[in-house]
Amino acid sequence: MLEPIKVSLESLNLITLAPMLIAIAGGLIILSIDLLKEGLHKSLYVMLTVLILVVDLLSTVGLNINERGFFDVMLIDGISIVSQLLVIVGSIVFIPLALSSKRFHEYSYPEFFALFLFMVAGFQFMVASDNLILIFVGLETASLSLYTLIALHNRSNSYEAAVKYFTMGALAAGFFAMGSAMIYALTGSVELYKVAEVLATRTGEADLMIAIFGGFVLILVALGFKLSLYPFHTWAPDVYEGASAALVGYMSVVPKVAAFVVAIRIFGMYIDLGVEWVRIMILVIAVLTMTLANIMALVQEDVKRMLAYSSISHAGFVMAALALDTTEGNTSIFLYYALFMFTNLGAFAMLWISRHKMRRFNNRYDHPYEKFAGFIKIMPIGAVIMGLFMLSLAGVPPFSVFWGKIYVMQAAVNAGYIWLAVVMGLNSAIAAYYYLKLVVYMFLKDPVKDVDTIYYNISRPLMVIIGFATVATVGAIFYVQPLVSYIYYMISASGY
Amino acid sequence: MDYILSILVFFPAVAGLLGFVIDKDSARVYGITVAAIEFFLSLWLWFSFDGTNAGMQFVELIPVIPDFGVNYYLGVDGISLFIILMTTMMTLIGIMSLSVKENVKNMIITLLFLEMTMVGVFVSLDAIIFYLFWELSLVPMLYIIGAWGGSLRVYAAVKFFLYTFAGSLIMLVGMLFMAYTYQSLTGVWSFALTDWYALVLPVSYQMWLFAAFFIGFAIKVPMFPFHTWLPYAHGQAPTIGSVILAAVLLKMGTYGFVRFSLPLFPDAAVIWITPIAVLSIIMIIYTAMVAYAQKDMKQVIAYSSVSHMGIVMLGIFAMNAEGIGGSVFQMLSHGIVSGALFMLVGVIYDRRHTKMMDEFGGIAAVMPKYAVIFGIMLMASVGLPLTIGFVGEFLVLIGFYQVSPIMTVLAGTSIIIGSVYMLTLFKKSFFGPVTKEENKNLKDLDAKETWSLIPLVAIVVWLGVYPKPILDPIDNSVKAMLNFMDEKAITQEAKDMIHVAKSTKEAK
Repeated sequence: MLEPIKVSLESLNLITLAPMLIAIAGGLIILSIDLLKEGLHKSLYVMLTVLILVVDLLSTVGLNINERGFFDVMLIDGISIVSQLLVIVGSIVFIPLALSSKRFHEYSYPEFFALFLFMVAGFQFMVASDNLILIFVGLETASLSLYTLIALHNRSNSYEAAVKYFTMGALAAGFFAMGSAMIYALTGSVELYKVAEVLATRTGEADLMIAIFGGFVLILVALGFKLSLYPFHTWAPDVYEGASAALVGYMSVVPKVAAFVVAIRIFGMYIDLGVEWVRIMILVIAVLTMTLANIMALVQEDVKRMLAYSSISHAGFVMAALALDTTEGNTSIFLYYALFMFTNLGAFAMLWISRHKMRRFNNRYDHPYEKFAGFIKIMPIGAVIMGLFMLSLAGVPPFSVFWGKIYVMQAAVNAGYIWLAVVMGLNSAIAAYYYLKLVVYMFLKDPVKDVDTIYYNISRPLMVIIGFATVATVGAIFYVQPLVSYIYYMISASGY
Repeated sequence: MDYILSILVFFPAVAGLLGFVIDKDSARVYGITVAAIEFFLSLWLWFSFDGTNAGMQFVELIPVIPDFGVNYYLGVDGISLFIILMTTMMTLIGIMSLSVKENVKNMIITLLFLEMTMVGVFVSLDAIIFYLFWELSLVPMLYIIGAWGGSLRVYAAVKFFLYTFAGSLIMLVGMLFMAYTYQSLTGVWSFALTDWYALVLPVSYQMWLFAAFFIGFAIKVPMFPFHTWLPYAHGQAPTIGSVILAAVLLKMGTYGFVRFSLPLFPDAAVIWITPIAVLSIIMIIYTAMVAYAQKDMKQVIAYSSVSHMGIVMLGIFAMNAEGIGGSVFQMLSHGIVSGALFMLVGVIYDRRHTKMMDEFGGIAAVMPKYAVIFGIMLMASVGLPLTIGFVGEFLVLIGFYQVSPIMTVLAGTSIIIGSVYMLTLFKKSFFGPVTKEENKNLKDLDAKETWSLIPLVAIVVWLGVYPKPILDPIDNSVKAMLNFMDEKAITQEAKDMIHVAKSTKEAK
């Protein structure tokens, strides 16, 4: 007879699980409120979600750095805390976009908010572990919730988007599982720190390296899909087009942060082991991603599709920082996304408020460039704010993304990759063109037709969100210093 | 007034923000008042400036991102002082003579923001802050050209933006590398220019960094062959856009060479003398010839502007006190003269809505005041002695004569070709009989136009006759810079080339 396993509660260190449990419990609370009383207004759920996320945020802030828990599968290091904070803050600022003045199908379901919270919990699991199985579970929890959230937007191309994303996501999940299996087969462990120990002793064996190469490629493909890196990016523009602007803005930041953490953990381990071709492959993919996505963004006719390609290009930019594998490089990833988040929030919120129920300008697109023609005459402050966001995305100083860009480029220069910094600079110059195109439409062209209702979907909470995003974008110079030093401290404390 | 530089930079921006509240019919007066206050503030800066002190004055230093070495670091010396004065003056006069009819309020606000960025560029002593204002200046200009320009305005505006933006991103990489080098030598991050000055770099580093900065600055100047954006920008821009562009924005490039390229990379600069001089001479002669071939008055002035910037470039790379001092002076005179010429073309354009020379003829008889002022500015542009244009050009040519007499002779032809195309322009439009019926009843300058132009005429003559109050502080700072470069240079050729002592003796 087997001995009963005795585990003391103490050793589980359950506090490491607290943030995720809060999010999950919050989701359950929302579902049970719906059971008790039907027909409650979405504003209740939005605010409840925000409150739960705030509690989640506070419990994450309270975590001690460099702890393990729950049978040692949870890993609370600096990276995981920083990324959890980013995920939660991102969720807090994006969810109030549901409070638009017009009613949209998805927000009338409380399930939307429950799923949203489950998704947040999924991302948190994903970043707070170095166990490949738990990462996989987190990834799938988050992704499945996200597919459903997209499909809830009641439109034919939302279903298309959800199915497309689901298919690609399932494929990626398959690749991830196979890659993990391969690593397990080679090293006998799914814990990355043990994998690293085993690999470190056997780097000389050529046949092993080929197998490792296989495992690496599988995981790279899986994360490539999640991060929408070239050539695995093809789903992104269609999904972005189909999903609601509020969700797209979220998708272009938060899931990517989570996926980048996994990438740092896995690829960083390889590069630390001195497997140089990993670095080369990542660099090649990063450069291709930023360049090709930029070129494709040039020819888009829809602002949302343009922003989709631009966010692919931004991901490529950050991916290049990952290949550097220096503390600065890793810091720059989080700094970039933290700064990018606010600008992106603003840009997508502006698209969201100009969203009509019917397509008024074009049969295919919701936000063709013509829609914004002469915006300055219709809604001067809106045009100026949107212009600010576009300039920020283009990397014009002193707006927020510029500081992220300059930090990434500086990290590249420090690591000795001056050519990379030059490529990044040239790419920013290409990118300026398509952001400028929107600015040109807004400021320099005349309105196409009478579009007095271009800010159709605006409401007071959305104005607050946009105001907040504007302040965060314009005033970046004042908070970059604390942000950099905090992130740098956290990253270096966790040894990356 | 310890914080006068900050006030100078941010006063127009704050005024611009408040300007959103001003009623649109009163916006003009508001703009003129703000620009005038700004101008008086800059005059105050001049009066409290110590002309005998060659170093940086009114320095302000506030750490912004210490981990990253970014400081809010401002200061002014003899080189930048007068460019700032010229900037505030040209903005004031530009707003005074503003002839835009639609969206005046937007124009005023844009101009005020533009003024902030322009002053910011010339007072920044931190590379990142410099870069910040440098890039930011593109945005208002984009709007001015794109919103009030001619038929091809959007193309011209976007071309202007992308061309300069691409160039400056390469410069940014150079700046980052510079900071990295500084960090690897000292262990501290810094983008402060004065810290960078202390850095002695090997020649190979200097060459690459010089090249990176060169791309950023040369596009802005614009050096041949990067000048193709300029005729479009000028051709399409409204009068005020051309005035600011020619008077101030182009100076950012040459100022960059003086402030960054020379003191940071003295050896590389000396190695680059010949290629840059050749490019400058091509720029001088070629664009002067192109100017002669133009039928549009504004294009003539646009190309002549490029040609004169060639003289400025040549002077900077003469590497002696006359050359660089002359260049800085030439920057001022070019700013005033070409700004005035663009304004004058704007005057006639407002009346006839054409700028073609063959549409005019005999205007001198109809508009005598206009013709006189145009004539004076034209002479100043050509470089007639006793006008402001002569001083700078003469000093530059003297300076460069010590480097290469042949090239100086070639550059000197610019005066001849310059007078050819300018006098042709004058002859075609102003002399002879009045051929066109529409031209017979043209109104002469009105009060607004006259009073915008008179101060410029006064300055052109005053500084042409007696440039000393301006030349002295410039000369001081330039000599200090040359001394410094001489000490810093590591190669013997560079030391030989940078004439310090000799120039100092001669100037006395």
